[in-house]
Amino acid sequence: MILAFWNITPQVFADAVALGAVYALMAVGIGLVFGVLRLVNFAYGQLVMAGAFGLALASEWGWPLWAGIVLCFAVVLALSLAMDYLVFRPLRGRTPAVMLVATFAVAFLLQSIALVWFGPLGKIASSFGDLSRPVTISGVDIRKITIVAIVVAVVCLAALTLLLERTTIGLQMRAASMDSQTARLLGVRANRVIGTAVLISGALAAVVAVILTVSSPLVTPDFALRDTIVVLAGVVLGGLNRPLSATLGGFSIGFASGLLGGTLPTDQSQYLPTFLFAAVIIILLVRPAGVFARGNAVERV
Amino acid sequence: MAERALVVDDLHVRYGGVEAVRGLSLEVRPGEIVGLIGANGAGKSSTLHAIMGVAPVTGGEIRLGDASLRGRRPEDVARDGVALVPEGRRIFGELTVEENLRLGFAARRGGDTNAALRSVFDLFPIVEEFRGRPAGALSGGQQQQLAIARALVAEPDILLLDEPSLGLAPTVVDVVFDVLAAIRERGLGILLVEQRAQRTVAAADRCHVLANGELRLTLGPDEAADTDALVAAYFS
Repeated sequence: MILAFWNITPQVFADAVALGAVYALMAVGIGLVFGVLRLVNFAYGQLVMAGAFGLALASEWGWPLWAGIVLCFAVVLALSLAMDYLVFRPLRGRTPAVMLVATFAVAFLLQSIALVWFGPLGKIASSFGDLSRPVTISGVDIRKITIVAIVVAVVCLAALTLLLERTTIGLQMRAASMDSQTARLLGVRANRVIGTAVLISGALAAVVAVILTVSSPLVTPDFALRDTIVVLAGVVLGGLNRPLSATLGGFSIGFASGLLGGTLPTDQSQYLPTFLFAAVIIILLVRPAGVFARGNAVERV
Repeated sequence: MAERALVVDDLHVRYGGVEAVRGLSLEVRPGEIVGLIGANGAGKSSTLHAIMGVAPVTGGEIRLGDASLRGRRPEDVARDGVALVPEGRRIFGELTVEENLRLGFAARRGGDTNAALRSVFDLFPIVEEFRGRPAGALSGGQQQQLAIARALVAEPDILLLDEPSLGLAPTVVDVVFDVLAAIRERGLGILLVEQRAQRTVAAADRCHVLANGELRLTLGPDEAADTDALVAAYFS
């Protein structure tokens, strides 16, 4: 009844869950790197953008779908490693402000390169047409990609949880997120832990690139930029310092923006970010450490 | 098992304009406890941090056996066989006791991890009993035992301890000092930074008194009762 009152159809609900799932993946990707480096990677959206261009180029060259996905992963992972070696490592140990500004610079650099290479109109990734068609489940039309997005996100998050909870490198990553100095004094290799976090974060960005590109096949240099800003708000909202709270923060804001986007009258949907960010500000005033954070993480941000 | 001595030779540590350690030399051989005592700010912790590679060394040399440790990263010093039990214990409170111990494996150079666990459980039964609990739920004394256990599972040659008895009840302090004696029997070299001067002098093979970053006095275990010499060195 309430759903009907708010004009929320099952399609809108499913799409909102899918958007929440994608944002949760991005939030975890940003949160993982923040955990081990105390660095908010503002250039995360540009990694997604680069992966999307990989898919679009593969599609333009007539490559099969799997090859496009491989190219997408290759581009994003190579860029992630390059960022770690060329930017994060030299700046490690500097103040958070320095590192944040550096990632801003990387973000705009990558976006400008995309602008020069591909132009403002971008490219279209057409080889995913089939995935954006709807399937009918008990009378409800849901796009295949919506289901794929939810399943893929759940699988990725489960795999990540297993890695963090059950493996040695996962344990070391969690310890480094809590107290990197002590972890190093115990013999935990900082470079290895950070490199692993950056790679996983990159892999998640590649997954997100595939899902977002299927949802909106037009890839432009500012692809995923707005999503990143919303996700960053979500991660801060949830609490940056642990994967679970980042996941919940990312999911919540994705779900909320999906619902609002689906239910606001079309002539008002341009105000969507306004509503979102107003909500973020109000929530942060009430719970500065994040809605899902335990303890106090403020001084770390 | 441990055969390498830790040698600190003419060590200088400087933070900005403050010289925290000035020309300190000492040696910790296998099977020895060497004490390092002195007032707050005397340079005790700075010495340990310099050995671990987390304090700026401006002069001198630090060696483990034939290998120089100076200028190495903390994780490499740990992997070379020097373990630190840091001040304030620095337990990962959100992880379980067992996970804390498994982090200690990071510095191991191979070998049987189960045997290493077994041997620390023999020293610290409480750590085995609480292995599944969050480490943050342990009392201060239990956490101190866990911190020492975590350092020992790496099977280091040299164990550095930074004020392990700080804030502990007297009975727990006894446990800590008993364990140090037991560890010494296993052939480890121990460098013990402490505030409890007389206790440390009594437990150690040699005890160096630092003041203002310099070595003022070296005492043997039979000089623990020589309060005058201690007091004089503290305030010199």
